Amino acid sequence: MKMNDLEKVKSEDLSGLRSSERRNFLGLGLVITGMYLGGTVLSLTPVKSAEAIGFEEVVPVPGKYPYAPHYTMVLREHLCIDCGRCMEACVKTNHVPEYGSRTTILEKQRPLEGNAIETIFTPVLCNQCNNPPCVRVCPTSAICKDEKTGIVRIKKDLCIGCKACMTACPYDACYFNEEPDVRAVDKCDFCWESRLSKGETTTACAEACPTGCRVFGDLADKKSEVYILLHTPGTTIWVLRPESGALPNVYYINT
Amino acid sequence: MNNTATQKTAVTSLLASKVWWLSLAMIAAGVGAGIYALYVGHGEAFSNTREIPWGLTISVSTCFAIISTGLALLFTFSRAWGGNNMGVLGSRMVWLSIFMLCGAFLVIGLEMENIWRISLDLILHPNFTSNIWWMGVLYGAAVIVMILEVVLIVLRWYKTAVVLGVLCAITEACAIFNLGAVFSSLKSHPFWYGGQIPAFFLGSAVLSGAAALLVMTALSYGIQRRRMSEEVRAAMTTGGKIMLLICFCLLIANAWKILNAYSGDYELITAARSLTEGPLAINFWVVEIGTGLVAPIVLLMITHLRYVSVMVFSAILVLVGQFISCFNMVVSGAIVPWDHGIVGVPTYLPFIPTPAEYIVVLAGFGVVGAGFILGERFIDKTFMAEDSSH
Repeated sequence: MKMNDLEKVKSEDLSGLRSSERRNFLGLGLVITGMYLGGTVLSLTPVKSAEAIGFEEVVPVPGKYPYAPHYTMVLREHLCIDCGRCMEACVKTNHVPEYGSRTTILEKQRPLEGNAIETIFTPVLCNQCNNPPCVRVCPTSAICKDEKTGIVRIKKDLCIGCKACMTACPYDACYFNEEPDVRAVDKCDFCWESRLSKGETTTACAEACPTGCRVFGDLADKKSEVYILLHTPGTTIWVLRPESGALPNVYYINT
Repeated sequence: MNNTATQKTAVTSLLASKVWWLSLAMIAAGVGAGIYALYVGHGEAFSNTREIPWGLTISVSTCFAIISTGLALLFTFSRAWGGNNMGVLGSRMVWLSIFMLCGAFLVIGLEMENIWRISLDLILHPNFTSNIWWMGVLYGAAVIVMILEVVLIVLRWYKTAVVLGVLCAITEACAIFNLGAVFSSLKSHPFWYGGQIPAFFLGSAVLSGAAALLVMTALSYGIQRRRMSEEVRAAMTTGGKIMLLICFCLLIANAWKILNAYSGDYELITAARSLTEGPLAINFWVVEIGTGLVAPIVLLMITHLRYVSVMVFSAILVLVGQFISCFNMVVSGAIVPWDHGIVGVPTYLPFIPTPAEYIVVLAGFGVVGAGFILGERFIDKTFMAEDSSH
């Protein structure tokens, strides 16, 4: 093609673009951006405003949290150094026997380039689910979802020891406490019995954590650290085993 | 002639007495093991762990409940709806069904950590969303209905007994669906989750119910040293046909269960592999499939259901296969750790039942044995009256 011929070809610059095409393009851009920014924050936060949000959605809607206070724990995974102080504090505070545990730390290893390995520590505990399988399966209502706080609590006097809750839990959060004065399934209750019900404002593990990995608070309080962490744009939030449909209240982030 | 009859009675009584005392010894041993577990702690006495809370005892009690349901269903098929000639063994079915369920209750009761809380808490603090609650209540109701049914049969009020029989079959069918849902509604265990288990249990119930009936009837005629009437032989043949059909169906169901799992995610594939090439492979291929399904099919087909002895032998194989099938089902669904990929977490969680668990399980068999002997001693005339009345 010669230069003279090129001059005859219709211009493809923006001056020839119709306004409807401009709008469509901008719309597409906003959708994609929204998916990446809003989606990462919102789609993974499984707070169920009991009736307002369907099971397929795990989207937090500020102001529509089912409980008041809506206790939540945010785990800043990259800050965990596996020091074990959280576990020690938990054992001491909640009188956990040596064969049991209410919280533990899992260790993952990710191969990197050049034979290097990245070690990642993941603290785990009862997820205080909004749709708790353990509560559904218990034949004697020994496990219940506290209507005020959303904490999944155990009435040890009603536990018959069938271990259905242990089987149903997607996180292996329950163990059977065989101590004579307990004889019931036991699990993390966000230190409700040992601390929160006595006026404390945080859990033993969160208080003992030297790196700020464990952040405990009220998701319904917009000034709380957990609210701010979970609603900061650009934050990637995940939960363990989302496919279980349990809608956990323990979230993981890396910021 | 009189001498021969006296000798026969003596032998019968000796045999029955041996089975009776053996059964009582098994119950005593099982209850003893359960008390031992309560004393030292279930964590110490049993192999069940935090990750695998249910094991041998749950699987055996499940199997007893399945057999009981099968017997109740067969009673209804035979007596209420007709269509087969197993009605002649109807009262025996009800009697055995009661004791199978009692065996299940005893084993599951000994497995519970706080057995003394069960009755009151189930009534005072029911959880209507719990399949275990429904299962317990329905099976409990079924036992009561069946006891009434036996009373009516002894009184020869057969028509009313059949009405109760239908009620019982419906109750037990609902109970077995809840028993299936105890496993199949748990999304945390993908190999259990789904609609298959309740239907699978139903098929298994009819199969193992027929097998138990064949074995116990043959045992009864053996102990009593009687010749089977043509009607009873025909009933046994029908039982054999049912076994043949359901064995084939379960073989297909098993094949698709494994194939479907292989097209799933890591947890499903790994759970299926625990059966096909993992720690449960011998249980699965040799006992559940080979002994419990394929061998009975082959034996029943090549003998054309002509020989009672072969049918009874096949029924024994079926029962062995079904007990192991329940164990495989329970363990394979829980043996894959949820936190796979974590340092120190194995592909399969270790699980080997302890001697205490095996002894607890014996108690269930003891209850069935004792119930069988009680039936032979006290309502044998009812069993035989039905035999002659048909």
